[in-house]
Amino acid sequence: MDTGQFSRHTDYSWHIEPRGRMRVPAVIYGDEALVREMDQKVFEQITNVATLPGIVKAAYAMPDAHWGYGFPIGGVAAFDAEQGGVISAGGVGFDISCGVRNLCTGLTVTDILPLQEQLADMLAYRIPAGVGSTGAIHLSPTEMEAMLKGGARWAVEQGYGTADDLAHTEERGCMAGARPEYVSEHARKRQRSEMGTLGSGNHYLEIQRVTAVFDEDKARAFGVKKDDIIVSIHCGSRGLGHQIGTEFLKKMVIAAGEYGIHLPDRELACAPIDSPVGQEYLGAMRAAINCALANRQIIIHLVREVFAELLPAARLTLLYDVSHNTCKVEEHEVDGRKRRLYVHRKGATRAFGPGHPDLPEAFRETGQPVLIGGTMGTASYILVGTDQSEERSFGSACHGAGRSMSRHAAKKQWRGKRVVSELAQRGILIRSPSARGVAEEAPGAYKDVSAVVEAAHRAGLAHKVARLEPLICIKG
Amino acid sequence: MSAAQWQHFPHEADVGVRGIGESLEEAFEQAAVALTAVITDPERVEPRRAVPIACEAPDRELLLVDWLNALVFEMASRNMLFSRFEVTIRDGRLQGTAWGEPVDRERHRPTVEVKGATYTGLHVGRRADGRWVAECVVDV
Repeated sequence: MDTGQFSRHTDYSWHIEPRGRMRVPAVIYGDEALVREMDQKVFEQITNVATLPGIVKAAYAMPDAHWGYGFPIGGVAAFDAEQGGVISAGGVGFDISCGVRNLCTGLTVTDILPLQEQLADMLAYRIPAGVGSTGAIHLSPTEMEAMLKGGARWAVEQGYGTADDLAHTEERGCMAGARPEYVSEHARKRQRSEMGTLGSGNHYLEIQRVTAVFDEDKARAFGVKKDDIIVSIHCGSRGLGHQIGTEFLKKMVIAAGEYGIHLPDRELACAPIDSPVGQEYLGAMRAAINCALANRQIIIHLVREVFAELLPAARLTLLYDVSHNTCKVEEHEVDGRKRRLYVHRKGATRAFGPGHPDLPEAFRETGQPVLIGGTMGTASYILVGTDQSEERSFGSACHGAGRSMSRHAAKKQWRGKRVVSELAQRGILIRSPSARGVAEEAPGAYKDVSAVVEAAHRAGLAHKVARLEPLICIKG
Repeated sequence: MSAAQWQHFPHEADVGVRGIGESLEEAFEQAAVALTAVITDPERVEPRRAVPIACEAPDRELLLVDWLNALVFEMASRNMLFSRFEVTIRDGRLQGTAWGEPVDRERHRPTVEVKGATYTGLHVGRRADGRWVAECVVDV
């Protein structure tokens, strides 16, 4: 993008003052190089978001922002129901509550290296991943209902994990206000055999090594030190979430017309929060959040089984579970007044700072862990929420590297087998059913995750705690 | 040689699917082949079983999204892939059949699942050469 389109407020924040139908400014966070590299579509999409009814303060784009649907991926926007605010299925995305969950293992790199191949093979064998894979759990209609209401808490009640896991999950593992009655039969049918599956695309399970610690105190509080082994999972609400997203996108295109909401792009489809469609979506989306939390909970149970067999000394404890495609009701101070807002984060991670009342006890003093997923050949990061993030981005930060190249172009540029062998030479084992899938997810198809994280750090959205590099990557 | 063909077009995060044909129906059928090609090589999918599909929408563009989403649903809930399609469209109603087979991970080597068809890059219309085109971005 041409940076001449912005007024630069700091080295890391770029503002677009309201013009045309924009109700509020748009703000993009990033360093000059990241903003220059962003597609012009990010500008178009974030300014479109700023036109929606009831938007509060500003529409924000995180440093990993890229061209999405309606909202850019890496977009954050908050709406006030009392001011005609809207809720948008496109503002959450198809993969509702997609997120990252990290586990500490109590192991160090020397424990893992002798068993690296075996561990990679066993994880690939046991964790269902990719198109056509099904989980071992098939939910009856009653179980489906309980799962949609209970989330990870339901999964723990079924024996997949511990109460301590729930204390280290956003919403304590169970999203309140889920309304399974608004989840269609189609959505349930798509999910019946997909519990405990990783999915495909950019979703993964990685065994990572802590290669750098930037903040010793916070790292210690999170239970992380250099050369530790971390398990990281990136996946979401599977077919159920995708179906809910699909169905409500259509309903909201129609509803927006009925409520006289001007949509600069159909994908921005939305409905007033207080409308029947808005409330139905909210209830269904929260049920999908529970589905994602339950799914990730079941997957870590499978991972624990593998470790128990292969590395019985390991003790897998949940560090945290964050979701980066959500709409959540939160209290934020705007112009000196506390307001109840519907915060959409589409490819953006919640990043509450120290003292935030919604944080679990363990992170009340430190601020929450912000888990950033990278690519199979680069790095992932653990960050921590700051005191400033609330004021700068409604307590939000980036979510990953963000693509810089289409799948189409990536497939032409790389061969999957070559990517796998090159990474193996660097000590990173890839297990994937599809060579083409690996090519499409090649590390070079993404922005530089370290530059994205550095920009988030310097913009004050979240601070760096540790850098993690993959040893094993299971790809769907 | 038939004028019918399919293509992919780039989107930064995902993939665009495009069907081109002599008729609106043929363009929709080809867009469906392009959808399968996001997941696997359509030539590897044997058209062994027929699945009926019906949808309806207020305009042609919304109908394309509905058609592709109906296929996404059938693929996901039946664990199948499709390679042959037949469509008729009358007054905003689509009646179609998709032929395919259950996913065989060894033979199909599926790359990625499609989460849904989107309204991004959505266009259905006639080109200057008279051929129909039907296209949109799908989320993977």
